[in-house]
Amino acid sequence: MEQIIVNGLFLGASYALIALGLTLIFSLMNVLNFAHGQMYVIGGFITYTVVAQFHLPFLVGLLASAVALAALGAFAERFLFAPVIRRSKREESTMLLAAGIAFFLDAVTLLVFGEKQRGIPKIVGGVFNWDFRIVMPYDRILIGALAVALIGAFILFMRQSRTGRAMRALAQDRMAAELMGVDVERYSMIGFALGAMLAGLVGGLLVSIVGVNLGMGGPTSIKAFMMIMIGGAGVISGAIAGGFILGMLESVGLSLLAAYGDITYLVIFASLMIFLAFRPQGLMGKPWG
Amino acid sequence: MNRRTMMLRSTALAVLASLSLSATAAMAEETLKIGFVGVTSGPAAAWGTSNVRSMQTLAAMLNEKGGVEIGGTTYKIEIVTFDDQKDPKRAIAGMEQMAQQGIHYVVGPNVDDGAAAVRPVAEANNIIYVPYAFPKELYTAPAENAILGMVASYQSGPAIYKYLKDNKGVTKVAFVAANESDPLSQRDSGVEAAKALGLEVTSSDVTYQVDTTDFTPVLLPVLKTQPDLLVLSGVAPAAAPQMIRSARDLGYTGLISTETAQDAKVIEEGAGEAANGFISVGGASTPEIASDYMKEFVAKYTEMFGEYNDESNTKVYALEYILDTLKADPKGISDIAAFKTAMETFAAPNPYMKGDAQMTYVGTTSFGQKRQLSVPLVVNEYKDGAFQTLFVATVD
Repeated sequence: MEQIIVNGLFLGASYALIALGLTLIFSLMNVLNFAHGQMYVIGGFITYTVVAQFHLPFLVGLLASAVALAALGAFAERFLFAPVIRRSKREESTMLLAAGIAFFLDAVTLLVFGEKQRGIPKIVGGVFNWDFRIVMPYDRILIGALAVALIGAFILFMRQSRTGRAMRALAQDRMAAELMGVDVERYSMIGFALGAMLAGLVGGLLVSIVGVNLGMGGPTSIKAFMMIMIGGAGVISGAIAGGFILGMLESVGLSLLAAYGDITYLVIFASLMIFLAFRPQGLMGKPWG
Repeated sequence: MNRRTMMLRSTALAVLASLSLSATAAMAEETLKIGFVGVTSGPAAAWGTSNVRSMQTLAAMLNEKGGVEIGGTTYKIEIVTFDDQKDPKRAIAGMEQMAQQGIHYVVGPNVDDGAAAVRPVAEANNIIYVPYAFPKELYTAPAENAILGMVASYQSGPAIYKYLKDNKGVTKVAFVAANESDPLSQRDSGVEAAKALGLEVTSSDVTYQVDTTDFTPVLLPVLKTQPDLLVLSGVAPAAAPQMIRSARDLGYTGLISTETAQDAKVIEEGAGEAANGFISVGGASTPEIASDYMKEFVAKYTEMFGEYNDESNTKVYALEYILDTLKADPKGISDIAAFKTAMETFAAPNPYMKGDAQMTYVGTTSFGQKRQLSVPLVVNEYKDGAFQTLFVATVD
């Protein structure tokens, strides 16, 4: 059981970081970013390129992923999403745009990075083994700790910094924030960039553990949406809770339900449907939005 | 007529003459279209991409040499591609598109359900297709338009397990497969083969979602059964290195194998030294057996696409077989019945391997008719970034 919990915590930490970026963008702009998984993939490929091709340190790779994805996010917000939001009152317009960007990024990724699975050498060798009750490679422990630290840093940033407070105000009430002098356009762009940067950072972190390939984008987006459905869309604490809950459910299911075949996600989806029927706003979301 | 008008008329005549000459040349130069319907996007993109790029590379090599002469006519080879996204519905649409273009020879699809789905379309439109899928009913009468493009898991599995039993003392085997038709059918045939050899199957129930990225929880219950050999049935190239790494991280020291083709670079990047000893099925590019023509193919592929993919070692054959069989009976260009007849007696030197290996159609033992390309069964062992040939066998 100890092993199952540790596996769940590792999965949860990385999942939560993915969900944070998605929920941030949703809370600020009411945009369901279907391209979030593709941004994660590009982050992974950038770290791979920096570390495996240019032989630079892992942290440089992470930094490159963060900067590149932040720039991509800012560009997407300023030149794609913002004009569509201005011109169209229909919410599905941004959804279609996001889906289009996802397909576009998939095609670009194939052209630039190729079709192969990519990975980088372990950043730390060795395996922690507590009498075979808990077996955990040190690189997983390190990446898990980094993910938790990044979640903590993000929460601090949102609570303590002027930018974070402005974005929270924007998320709570866009019009009120604007009336109070918050530069809505500027902070929307910063928020989108921050969300995309988080996706890129997780991609960079996990390329050292699970590698990266072209096909990871879609499934990553689906999992991220599940997490924010569990925790509550647009709520930061909800995204964190959703990430850890999904990670734990996956770990428990894969271990305890293995004898019954691959039914873990079947059970998770069924449970999610029942849960949403009773609490459509998720654990921490508000029923009114 | 002044001098300027004369010059204008001369120029116009020269342009007309050159246009008519190039039109005549275009009429003389025939194009032979060969189709590809397979997966070139998503998690399994590596399979189809290496497939179609092998075809494009060989076509480029042949076209650069002036084309292929079939029945006294020289053809330029054009590869018409369709990404089925590993979706049977799209595979059907792809095969219909090939039919609309009058294409009679198609390579793909890459997976079982896609290959089964396109069968009615292929048969209704006189298309011979070369899937990389293993269901026997595709190749057994009354089916007759599909030709298996590689060695099936139920053919390679027994050979690999026997080798490991005899040479490495393997007695206990565990299987793990993705929850999809191909890996599951490969797992089932592997379990059957292992049991037939008298091996103890310690685990075969554990499966995983195809998009799984963290295999530690998946492998934990499998490795608790302490097998000597862990078989990754039908494992996708994207998942193999992660599974190897997770198994080693969990303290597993036994053997790991698969019956699918893998890429050494991908294994090296994803698993590093942990993959040493990993056994997989390959093609013809290991230094021990690759011919100069194979080396030329690898160099051309690398030139065209930047990086070679070892999975192409098995994918290089399909187009070669189609063209050489058409050379054997040129009527096959428009009549697939003639092609099928030529398959019965077809034999040509295998240009990709050293020695006197032959290209023939096989499959009589498995399917009751010759509906399989005789691709060499090359079993490789990964060692420090490269594959080494463990043994080579043939299939019928």
